[in-house]
Amino acid sequence: MKIDWAALGSVFGVSLAVTVGLVALFTLGIMGLSRRERAVAQGNSASLAVAGAYVAFAGCVAAVAYGIHLVVAKA
Amino acid sequence: MENFSLILAIVVVTALAFDFTNGFHDTANAMATTISTGALKPKVAVAMSAVLNLAGAFLSVEVANTISKGLVDETGIRPEVIFAALVGAILWNLLTWLVGLPSSSSHALMGGLIGATIASAGMGAVHGDVLVTKVLIPALAAPVVAGLAALLATRLSYTLGKKADGKAAEKGYRAGQIASAGLVSLAHGTNDAQKTMGIITLALVAGGAVSPDSDPPTWVILSAGLAIALGTYLGGWRIIRTMGKGLTELQPQQGFAAQTSAATVILASSHLGFSLSTTHSVSGSVMGAGLGRKGGVVRWSTATRMLVAWCLTLPAAALVGAGAESVTDLGDWGTAVVAVFLVAASAAIWKISRREVVDASNVNESEEPAGVVTTAIAAVTPPPTGTVTEGLTATIPAPASVTAAPDPATPPAAAV
Repeated sequence: MKIDWAALGSVFGVSLAVTVGLVALFTLGIMGLSRRERAVAQGNSASLAVAGAYVAFAGCVAAVAYGIHLVVAKA
Repeated sequence: MENFSLILAIVVVTALAFDFTNGFHDTANAMATTISTGALKPKVAVAMSAVLNLAGAFLSVEVANTISKGLVDETGIRPEVIFAALVGAILWNLLTWLVGLPSSSSHALMGGLIGATIASAGMGAVHGDVLVTKVLIPALAAPVVAGLAALLATRLSYTLGKKADGKAAEKGYRAGQIASAGLVSLAHGTNDAQKTMGIITLALVAGGAVSPDSDPPTWVILSAGLAIALGTYLGGWRIIRTMGKGLTELQPQQGFAAQTSAATVILASSHLGFSLSTTHSVSGSVMGAGLGRKGGVVRWSTATRMLVAWCLTLPAAALVGAGAESVTDLGDWGTAVVAVFLVAASAAIWKISRREVVDASNVNESEEPAGVVTTAIAAVTPPPTGTVTEGLTATIPAPASVTAAPDPATPPAAAV
C-alpha cells in the first residue's frame, strides 16, 4: 500500500493558498467598491480605489477562467 | 444492435436512474450556500446548476473507463454485477436524501460495486489497499483541507473587509458566490455524468453491444447528461436545507469563502491527481466557514449525523449490492425480483418523503431549532472557536434520525 503523500500535500497547500489568496483579492475588490460608494455619498471620487478594485476583480476572473480551463482540459 | 439484451437495457436504465439520484443528491454541493444566503432564488439556482451540469457532461470527451478506479477486479465483470451495484447505490442515495444528509454518491457507487463483486467473485476480487488509498484517505482529507481553507479565508475576509459594507459589497459577494457555485456545478457535471457514461459503456462492452475501447455512443452522453441535469433541477431540497441552514448560519462572506474553498479543493485535487469527493469538500468548507466567523456556530449534532452517514455509505451500499447480486445470481427471475424491489423501495421512500415535503418554498427554513445549549452559548459568548467545539459536542444528544438512517438500510439485505 502506497499513500501518495506528495499529491495529498500539494492538494492541501495549493487549495489553502489559492482559496485564501482568491478570497483576499476579492475582498480587496469589494473594499474598493464600497469605498467608492462612500465617496460618492460624500460627493467625492475615489478613482484609485476603483481602479484597484477592477484590477482585483480581473485577477478573480482570471482565476475562474483558469478553473474552467482545468475542467475542460482534464477531458 | 441485436446484442442489446434485456439485462443490458435494464443496466442502462438503472445507470441513468443512478445518474438522476446523483444529480439531485449533489445539487446541494453547488447551490446550498448560494440559496441559503439568498444570492440566488432557489429555483434559479437549481436551474443554473442543471444547465452547467449538462454543459459539463459534454465538455469532457475522455471516457471514464475505470469506474471503480481499480477498486475491484474488472475483468469478466458481468452486467448483473453492475446492476446489483447500482441498486445498492441508488437505494443509499435515496435513503440519505430522505433523512436530508449529504453523502458521497461516488462512495455509494463504490460500495455497491464492492458488495456486488464480493458476492459474485469473492473477497479476493476487491483490492483492499486501493480501498484505503483511493477511498478512505480522501474521505478523511477532503473535509479537513476544505474546512481549513474556508476557515482561514472567512477569517481573512472578515478582517480585511471590515469596512466593506453597503450595497456594493452585498452585490459583490453575491456575484462571487454565484461564480464559484457555477464552477462547482461545471466540475460536477464533468466528473459525475462521466462516471455514469463510463458505467453504461462498460456494460455495453461487457454485453458485447459495442467494441472494447470505443468512446461512449452519443446517445449515452446525451442521456447521461440529461439525467444528471434533470436530477439537479428537481433539486434535493432536503439536503440543500441541511447543507445551507442545518450546519450553520451563513452570511454572504462566509458563503463566498465556503464556495470558493470547495471549488478550489475540487479542481486542485482532481488536477493534481488526488481526487476528493465533492460532497465531503463542500460539507467541510461550510463548517470551516461557520467556524471562521466570530460568534459563528456549527451545529455539531447535524455534523455528527452527517459523519455517521459517511461512515455507513460504503458498507450499507455494499450490503445492498451484495444482496442484490446474490439474488440476480439465481437466474433471470432473480434479476426481475431485484428490479421490482428497487422500484418498490424507491416508491416507498418517495411516499414517506411526502409526509413532510421540502421544496423551493421552505428550503430556507431551519430544519431543527438549534439546541437550547447551542443558542445559549451563542447568545452569551461570542466564543473563540476552539472551546465551542468541546462545549457543544458534550452537550447535544445525538438526534433520533441517526438511528433511523441505518434501519431502513437493513431490510433490503434481510429481505433477499
